[in-house]
Amino acid sequence: MTATMETGTRPLPPLGPNRRLKLPKQAERTLANGLTVIAVRRPAVPLVELRLWMPAGRTHLARGATLAQTILSGTATLTATQIAAELQKVGGGLSAGIDPDRLMLSGASLVTGLDRMLEILADVLAGATYPGDWVETERDRLVDRIQVAQSQPAHLARTALLKRVYGKHPYAVQTPEPDQVRAVRPPALRRLHADRVHPAGAVLVLVGDVQPERALDAAEQALSGWNGAGGDGGAEELPPAPPLEPGPLLLVDRPGSVQSSLRIALPAVPRTHPDHAALQLANLVFGGYFSSRWVENIREDKGYTYGPHSLVEHSVAGSVLIAAAEVATEVTAPALLETGYELGRLASLPPKPEELEQARQYALGTLQLGMSTQAGLASLTSAYAGNGLRLDFLAEHAARLAKATVDDVAEVAACYLAPAKAVTVVLGDAERIADSLATLGPVRTESA
Amino acid sequence: MPTRRTKIPATKYPVERFSLDNGLRVVLTPDRSAPVIGVAVVYDVGIRSEPEGRTGFAHLFEHLMFQGSENLEKLAHFRHVQGAGGTFNGSTHLDYTDYFETLPSNALERALFLEADRMRGPRLTEENLRNQVDVVKEEIRVNVLNRPYGGFPWLTLPPVMFDTFPNAHDGYGSFDDLESATVADAADFFRRYYASGNAVLAVSGDIDVAEATELIERHFGDVPARPAPARPDFAEPDLTAERRRSYTDKLAPLPAVAGAWRVPDPVTDFAGYLPYVVLAEVLTDGDASRLVERLVQRDRTVTSLGGYLGFMGDPFDVRDPTALLLQAHLPPGGDVDKVLRTIDEELDRLATDGLTEGELARTQARMATHLLRDTDAVLGRALRMAVLEQQRGEPGLLNELPRLVGEVTEEQLLAAAATLRPERRASIEVIAGGAR
Repeated sequence: MTATMETGTRPLPPLGPNRRLKLPKQAERTLANGLTVIAVRRPAVPLVELRLWMPAGRTHLARGATLAQTILSGTATLTATQIAAELQKVGGGLSAGIDPDRLMLSGASLVTGLDRMLEILADVLAGATYPGDWVETERDRLVDRIQVAQSQPAHLARTALLKRVYGKHPYAVQTPEPDQVRAVRPPALRRLHADRVHPAGAVLVLVGDVQPERALDAAEQALSGWNGAGGDGGAEELPPAPPLEPGPLLLVDRPGSVQSSLRIALPAVPRTHPDHAALQLANLVFGGYFSSRWVENIREDKGYTYGPHSLVEHSVAGSVLIAAAEVATEVTAPALLETGYELGRLASLPPKPEELEQARQYALGTLQLGMSTQAGLASLTSAYAGNGLRLDFLAEHAARLAKATVDDVAEVAACYLAPAKAVTVVLGDAERIADSLATLGPVRTESA
Repeated sequence: MPTRRTKIPATKYPVERFSLDNGLRVVLTPDRSAPVIGVAVVYDVGIRSEPEGRTGFAHLFEHLMFQGSENLEKLAHFRHVQGAGGTFNGSTHLDYTDYFETLPSNALERALFLEADRMRGPRLTEENLRNQVDVVKEEIRVNVLNRPYGGFPWLTLPPVMFDTFPNAHDGYGSFDDLESATVADAADFFRRYYASGNAVLAVSGDIDVAEATELIERHFGDVPARPAPARPDFAEPDLTAERRRSYTDKLAPLPAVAGAWRVPDPVTDFAGYLPYVVLAEVLTDGDASRLVERLVQRDRTVTSLGGYLGFMGDPFDVRDPTALLLQAHLPPGGDVDKVLRTIDEELDRLATDGLTEGELARTQARMATHLLRDTDAVLGRALRMAVLEQQRGEPGLLNELPRLVGEVTEEQLLAAAATLRPERRASIEVIAGGAR
């Protein structure tokens, strides 16, 4: 145990045989009102997880955000406080969130409370009332939350990146401005609710210590009367996301920032695309996990940053690969240089076979880990279903991961990870970093 | 509405405990419902044990435990875990430091090998130390310096409440102290605290107990025996007069405040402690809780609110001295004095008038869900049981927590509320320097 200690000679134990991916027991039913219900059995703890995915394409930004903040604020029979208390009685809780693809209600309760949680959910879906005083309070709270978000560098960097990547597409702006939220009134929320909180195209996922058929019956019993405002729902299809348009680095000024937030967007493909498995592996080799080239370079070798990561993000209208790192202000340009180097190296030279094997094992292993909790399984099932997939796609994806060759990965890396295709945004103190960034290429500066 | 009390369910995860000859304590908790395992090694040393002039050292040392060991080059640990399909991390707490992996179960022996190797000794080099000082500084910039409310209240409230270095100092560390750290400091710290007798290994999930026991003997059996160091007494007297400080956060758009009150010893007086855990939830869990109803909805003096036990939100993973904390963000221009006064008023009202019908039972049911949900993750069981073994010698307590929480009575809860007096409170106010 000294600085000069020699490497020992104990051999690394080999792995045991791979466990086969085993899908849990599940059942699915489409109700007469158009709601799809998927129930998955994982009996580990006596709970049930709930996810209700409702399409929300092209929802008015401020109204949508306010609706998510206030949907649990009362029904004909329950006040907001009573909704919360009644859910608590069965160990339950519900929360709502919205993004440009979907409105989501999620929660969990003791499994003995499933019927009651569904009953309360049905009451909310069919008859949320948006009482004026409650809406006013919650609207102010939403404004406060947006102001806090706007003081966070991660939020500001993401906001700038989305705008730069998506241009005029609905994905370009995902957080409303405080003034837009202040202008939302209850009647608009009731109209939006009637329009969009609709069973058509919605998917309810229930996962837990329950027999799937019994869970489907419970959902049908509680939710078959839900019909929105009739018709077939108001969600609109989103246009495909536009292709990335590379250009000068966008430098967003945040005076006094002690770190710079690097964001690099690269093209990607949806889960079902033939390139997807190989792209996931290429992303891992580049920066998608700790043992990647990028992390080993800019963190473990150079100490520029704490938690760099890159990820393929899937949305209904398109997918994108985003690499993100917060780096010390004084090493902003060198960190970006190394990032471009690692992208270019993978785009122009094939990965080593052992690098690919390591990434493959990670991708396959984390599939197993992701399925091993009720909450993980529920979120995965819901994310898949929202994109038209079912859990059996996991097996197909695992097979593709298992088969991808060095050549396949090299080919997708050349196509998707090429730095020439990158859209780059840096949020930081322009006065301190603009000149050195300009040594690497053209820079356009904006204020935050 | 009728108030039929929901029955609180329990888990029955089996627990096997044993010790190796070198003093390493082991907890095994098999569950074969998914082909995954959790492996956790917990050392009985944390932020409170770091020496003066070396703030942040326990955390910095945690980073150094990932930089290679007897048989492993730098980067090898990460690659071997992830190359087996697993994930890893470590974290530094007030009273312990943990290292952990979640893996497909075919990687059990590999994980044991990796943990045993660094228990025998990390590779402490000047180069790795300098590299990780840089990384930790970036971690502090991300989590504290470059964002609003950085370190609030977990770093900013302890110095108000406590007087002694172990309890009061900044556990992330000052840049000066971090930069002054030496390889010799690290070697000393390892020798003293990272002893086999000062550690617990827990393995959860898809394991066969006999096979796992044999593998643990094989890999950890020859880790040199070193005894646990005597644990210093970190006790401090309770407050007898209110303490209050404020500071300006130049990035914060809204004012904020956090208050804390000392609570009974979580280990030696668990029965006295548990009512406070429930009280925090009665006060702040969801729209039907007392303080949310009053401060957020009725008065609108608060925009978000939280209540919890322990500065790191670790009710069952911390020793004395610790606290119950309430924290609130206020709307722009909000009045912190008024919020604190209202909290006092509501605590008085609770202690005097008691609970409403069903209020306690529904809170306990919700807490059961949270506790059960945490144990569903295989790693959650290993980590929690390892700490319960280390601090209490009672890993099976994990199975009992939902029931014990459910057995807290109204009388106990009211008695707890009655102790949260302003004169026992330490509070910290964030002045919104970034308000627009």
